[in-house]
Amino acid sequence: MNALLSAILVFVSRVGAAVLFGISRIGYATRFFLAILTHSGTSLMRPRLVIREVYQAGVLSLIIVCMSGLFVGMVLALQGYETLSRYGASESMGVLVATALVRELGPVVAGLLFASRAGSAMTAEIGLMKTTEQLAAMEVMAVDPIARVIAPRFWGGVISLPLLTVLFSTLGVFGGFLVAVKLIGVDSGAFWGQMQAAVDWRYGVMNGVIKSVVFGVAVSLISVFEGYDADPTAEGVSAATTRAVVTSALAILALNFVLTVFMFRGEIN
Amino acid sequence: MFSAADFSPPATVPTTCEPLVELKDVSFGYTRTRKILSGVTLTVPKGKLVAVMGGSGCGKTTILRLLCGQHRANSGEVLVSGQSVATMDREQMFAHRRRLGMLFQFGALFTDLTVFDNIAFPMREHTDLPDDIIHDLVLMKLNAVGLRGAARLKPSELSGGMARRVALARTIALDPQLALYDEPFAGLDPISLSVVGQLIRKLNDALGMTSVLVTHDIVESMKIVDYIYFISEGRVVAQGDVPSIKASTDPFVRQFVDGEPDGPVRFHYSAKTLAEDFA
Repeated sequence: MNALLSAILVFVSRVGAAVLFGISRIGYATRFFLAILTHSGTSLMRPRLVIREVYQAGVLSLIIVCMSGLFVGMVLALQGYETLSRYGASESMGVLVATALVRELGPVVAGLLFASRAGSAMTAEIGLMKTTEQLAAMEVMAVDPIARVIAPRFWGGVISLPLLTVLFSTLGVFGGFLVAVKLIGVDSGAFWGQMQAAVDWRYGVMNGVIKSVVFGVAVSLISVFEGYDADPTAEGVSAATTRAVVTSALAILALNFVLTVFMFRGEIN
Repeated sequence: MFSAADFSPPATVPTTCEPLVELKDVSFGYTRTRKILSGVTLTVPKGKLVAVMGGSGCGKTTILRLLCGQHRANSGEVLVSGQSVATMDREQMFAHRRRLGMLFQFGALFTDLTVFDNIAFPMREHTDLPDDIIHDLVLMKLNAVGLRGAARLKPSELSGGMARRVALARTIALDPQLALYDEPFAGLDPISLSVVGQLIRKLNDALGMTSVLVTHDIVESMKIVDYIYFISEGRVVAQGDVPSIKASTDPFVRQFVDGEPDGPVRFHYSAKTLAEDFA
């Protein structure tokens, strides 16, 4: 009986410790986020710093995002045709492809790709800068690393992801067009016409862009935070990079659910 | 333009005894139970090059971190130019750091910047100097450490000795009042080691700086420094100028100077007895 009681106590204390650790980390991340916002003046006054990060996070992610968008759109059209043709609605393929891409797949898949390509690079770079004392050297030179290193990377990510999402969705629609119109033979006018009529600019497109901005903030914050908070060892940087990608992916999926509920509740009801 | 070989101490090396750096009964620990420094008191006069020596993990680097405000002492006072580092607010701390230069143990060069941009970094961050002036200043600093020709290289293309010299040039980029050197000789070949040692001395005198050199290289240090503090287990256990250290009969100093494996500084980390461990 005593053994059972002590096992329960150990379990409860471990759960308690894990919860406390989680809460303190959320608090630390929140303070870190506020520090980024208050130190963003340097980035805004020296746009070259942010432009460099837009290149690193955005331009260097172009190939993977564009190619993925193209293939996702093509597969969507193939699978969509299979189902729609059963109901004689294959002309609505443009609606299916565009709605799925603009509202959901574009922001989510582009966000996941961005987290694994650019977010992981941000975490690893900042973690290595910490390990090799580059951040400490900056501090000793009276240069705040949050203002000089973290904030430009954060804003670089926030700016890049919505642009990449737009490109992802655009190429996805183009991929869908190639398969539906050029390969399967759906009427081009019906493809574009139905898409134009069904996809609302504010309700569909803008909500997708808003989602990508939220994901950009989440992924960039998680990535720079994990890098800054990494243990200054090879193992620590490796663990932080993994944590950044996993946490970013979960954050994107969870936030997507919440945003979808709020944005499209009219359709759900 | 000038080169390292052209450096010679100025006719009047600063000899004032006014202290620039003072540690008064300073204690510090990362946790309550594990003390790194216990009641350390030391003084660095203006214009002097002072070495803080001791074995690995004795708290030498911690002294530098206290001086540049990365850590705050648990008790005692850390004074630089008479101002307590522990009580500085953010603005005062940044102003304090702008007056000091620090060379990190492994250089801490920014790996995404060229050698030129590494040296120019503090100038661009803290001054409004036009690019052509920064260009000339950077080349002068690089010339002083003999690496003007390496200006366009990336840190990954440098040898250990070259990287340390670039870090040295960056340390003096803004002509600091106080230069802090953390193990500048670690991992260098004998030629690089001698070059770096001579540069530290000559730059200190030529630029009128005050320098604190943390090292465990006794031979090289005794060639260049004015005064030595020995630290062991977080305390100052011996001190003196170079002749007095050479003549010292203090067991700790003798063990350190003669490189004896065992003595007051034990070779073995504290552990159970062999009989207990192998039982």
